[in-house]
This record gives sequence, C-alpha cells and structure tokens, in this order.
Amino acid sequence: MTRQPHKTSPPVSIQQEIFLRAHHRHHHRITLGRFFLLLFFLGLWETAARLGWIDSFFFSSPSGILKYLGQMLVDHSFFAHTGVTLFETIASFFLVTVLSLLAATLLWYQNSLSEILEPYLVVLNALPKSALAPLLIVWLGTGTNTIIVAGISVAVFGSIISLYTGFCQVDPEMCKLIYTLGGSRKDALTKVILPSSVPLILSSMKVNIGLSLVGVIIGEFLAARRGLGYLIIYGSQVFQLNMVITSIIILCAIAMVFYKLIQSAEHYYKKKY
Amino acid sequence: MQPLLSLRDVSYSYHNLKGETPALSHINLQISEGSFVAVVGPSGCGKSTLLSIIAGLLSPEDGEVLYRGLSSKDYCADTALKIGYMLQRDHLFEWRTVYQNVILGLELTHGLTKENTDYVLKLLEDYGLSGFKDKKPSELSGGMRQRAALIRTMAVHPDLLLLDEPFSALDFQTRLSVSADIANIIRQTGKTALLITHDLSEAITLADRVIVLSKRPAGVKREMEIQYEISREDPLAVRGTTAYQTYFNQLWEVLTDDKTTA
Repeated sequence: MTRQPHKTSPPVSIQQEIFLRAHHRHHHRITLGRFFLLLFFLGLWETAARLGWIDSFFFSSPSGILKYLGQMLVDHSFFAHTGVTLFETIASFFLVTVLSLLAATLLWYQNSLSEILEPYLVVLNALPKSALAPLLIVWLGTGTNTIIVAGISVAVFGSIISLYTGFCQVDPEMCKLIYTLGGSRKDALTKVILPSSVPLILSSMKVNIGLSLVGVIIGEFLAARRGLGYLIIYGSQVFQLNMVITSIIILCAIAMVFYKLIQSAEHYYKKKY
Repeated sequence: MQPLLSLRDVSYSYHNLKGETPALSHINLQISEGSFVAVVGPSGCGKSTLLSIIAGLLSPEDGEVLYRGLSSKDYCADTALKIGYMLQRDHLFEWRTVYQNVILGLELTHGLTKENTDYVLKLLEDYGLSGFKDKKPSELSGGMRQRAALIRTMAVHPDLLLLDEPFSALDFQTRLSVSADIANIIRQTGKTALLITHDLSEAITLADRVIVLSKRPAGVKREMEIQYEISREDPLAVRGTTAYQTYFNQLWEVLTDDKTTA
C-alpha cells in the first residue's frame, strides 16, 4: 500500500516527519552503498587485470566478460545454453514442488506410513546428492532427463520433511473444529492444513528453487553437452576463463530472478490475506 | 418424556506408555429438550472430554451415550441429527472471509442450499455482523468473533449446542455482555445447550441447571436447579438478586468441599 500524506490521513507531526526523512535517508544510503561496492569491486578487478596485477588469462576481467557475453549473444549460444539450464531448473523445481506436496500430504494422511518412512527420509536427505549423479548417468544416460532428476534429488527430500513437519504443527484444535462440523480427515486437509500452510509452501519453494539449480548444475557438469554447467566445466578444461566466469554471472542473475519471483508471490499472498 | 440426551455410566481414560489417566468415571446425566445446562468443576477434571464424547469425537470406554434414543455411532452417522460444538477459541480461518467462515459447516455437510444460506444471512443480520460479512476475521472484535463462531455453529441447525468455555478468551466486560447475548439467542431459538465453564457466576447466571463435577476422574457430584423471579436478559440484574447470592454460596461450598476431602 502506498502512503498518502495528503487529505485522507491526518497531518503528520514534525517528529514523524523527521523519522520518515531519516528512514528514507538510511534506505538511500544502503542502496548507494550496495551499488558502490559493486562498482568498486568491478573497477578494482578491471584495473588489476589491465595493470597486470593479476593474470587476466586466469582471472578474466569485467571487460573480457562483457565482450564474451556480447559474442554469446551474437552467435545465439547465450540463448541456447541459458535456455537449457532454465528449462531444466524450472522443470525440476516444478516437479519437486508437486512431488513434495503430494508426499507430505500422503504422510500426513497416513500416520503409520510417515513413521515407517521417517528414518529413510532423514538418511536420503542427509546423503550428498552429488554422490548419486554417476549412478543416474548409468541408469538414465546423459541428457535432459538425468539432469532434471539430479535437480529433483537435491531438493525433494528436504522439502518433503519441512512440509510434513509444517503440516503436523497446524493447531489440532482447527482440525477438531472441522470434525465437530461434520467434516472428515480429507476436509481437514483441504480446508485447514493446505490453506494454512500456504506461507510455508511458498518459503519452501524459495529454498527449492535454489536447490534445484544446484542439482541441475551438478547434473550438467557430468552429463550434458549444453547448458551453463556444461559451459563452466568445458571452459575450465580449455582454459577459457571468460566462458566460466560469464556463465557463473548468468547463474547469479537466474538465481536472483527466481528468488525475486517467489518473493513477489509471497508479498502478493501477504497483502491478500 | 424421553430426555434429548442421556449419559449412562460413561467412563473414559486416556492411555499412554506411562499408564492410564482416568478422566471420567461413571457419569450419569440427562438433559431434556430446551434446557440450558452448565457444567462446572475443578480445572483439568475432564470437562472437555465429556463434550468430545457427547459430540461423538471420542467414544466412551464404558457406558453409553443416547441422543434422541440413538447410540453415538448411529447419531453421528445420521446427518439430520446434528450436535453443534463451540470450541474454546473461535478458530475463524484467516484465509476466509467472515461469511466463508460461517458457512463452513454447510460446506462440509453439502448443505449450501438457498434456504440455508438465507438463514445464515439472517443470523448475520440479527447478530449485527451483516456489515462485516466480507471482512477478514482479524478485523472483528473479540465479541464479534465469538458471535461469528456461534453463527457458524448454528448454521447447520443443531438441536443441541455444546459450549466449551466459549467466553474464556474474552475480557471481563465483553464476556459479560457476549455471554448474556449468546444465552439469549440460544433461549430465543429454543435450542438445548450444555455449557462448560469454570466461572461459577457465569454458570448460575446463564443456566437452568448446574452440574458440579468432582476432581479427576470426574463424576457428577451435585446437580442444582437454578430459578430466578426476574427475566435473565439483563445479566447484571440477575447478579444483583439474593437468589443469585444463595446459589453462588451453595455452589462454592460444594466445590471447596471437594478440595478439602480430596
């Protein structure tokens, strides 16, 4: 909501005005600080590379990265590689979200099932998923499927555990209310557990998108001919550090965009309820 | 005449690995249609367990509950024989509007007919909530929330209302007026009510009959008929009568006696 100091709201006191001004000044200072930190870092990097303090063959440089990025845009490899990674990440994120919701629902529905599966889930969640990657390659071959499965495997177990734990923490009195009104356990699920868990689901999605990206990059390291993960590994093997660092920066941008998207979904939800 | 609800020798215990905790022991109760009964007793004596058993959420380990002559398995299956249960806290869902909250029971029992929703709208109107029907529950005051919770309970046309300390979350002033309000609504509609409370004043102001439970495991210790010569509409007037004082003292004696003998 926007603040409207005119007409509708009562006149603002001087103290409030001072507070607001100080708040805005602080806010601007933080933004400026962030911007200058980036500028300083890039400037230092560029200078260091040009003056020969660091070897730009190994460390690349902002101008080298820009040049490489321009070249990628011209020969369309930017879209091909970024597109592949994006598609794989979105696919595995989507599947993680659906699978973990289904699994957590099932576990909540069937108490004994969750008791049986609990130790397995904990172990699978603790297992370093990169250890599974070679196995996935043998089973599924190299390619998109393997990479999507790798992305899922990194995120799905933690997501199931956190959703299920959240479902169990919903006030049992709320479910009791459903039963007193003649509802069943299914009604408790659809009318209480799921709607009250929307904030939890959104926050677990925030974690999942990052983890899916991790899994997809691991997958691309090992089993891809396209994608940013492939570019990073390939670039490092042929000593094309511009390629490696450019890919990493694109990854940063992707991660940020995803995070912001889910955050705005969260804001939208908070505003509505 | 056959009572609306009767409990015969009902017992219930909670079990865990450390042992069993008896909550109710051989409860015998009869509630006739149209009466307003209050149940008081020391805290933690199993009052809420009693309501859960009557509502059919728990089944008694021993004894039987008869509602209109049917045992609890049968009356829970029969959707026409509804028991309304008002919990301690209102639990209005924040993700629904006030209106969507009060029709929850109709939604669950597939009773969203024009007739029923009209009834709900009329209740909202009667209880001064029609202007708030599209608001979020958090925008209502404590008393309004409690009235919304009552409408949610009444929407399914229950014959028997179980009230589990529904006023305990309110501050004293609101509590006094809301409890009187709700009791008046219940009397006007001719519903039968079973109110659980730990507030003796509330019990003797609102109810026709007060049942005192003993310490855990709860059994019926005393039953007391409450009658006033004046109308009950004004809770403060009722509290000013000498009859009220007498009832209060009697009830107090019964309860404290429990403490000294135990």
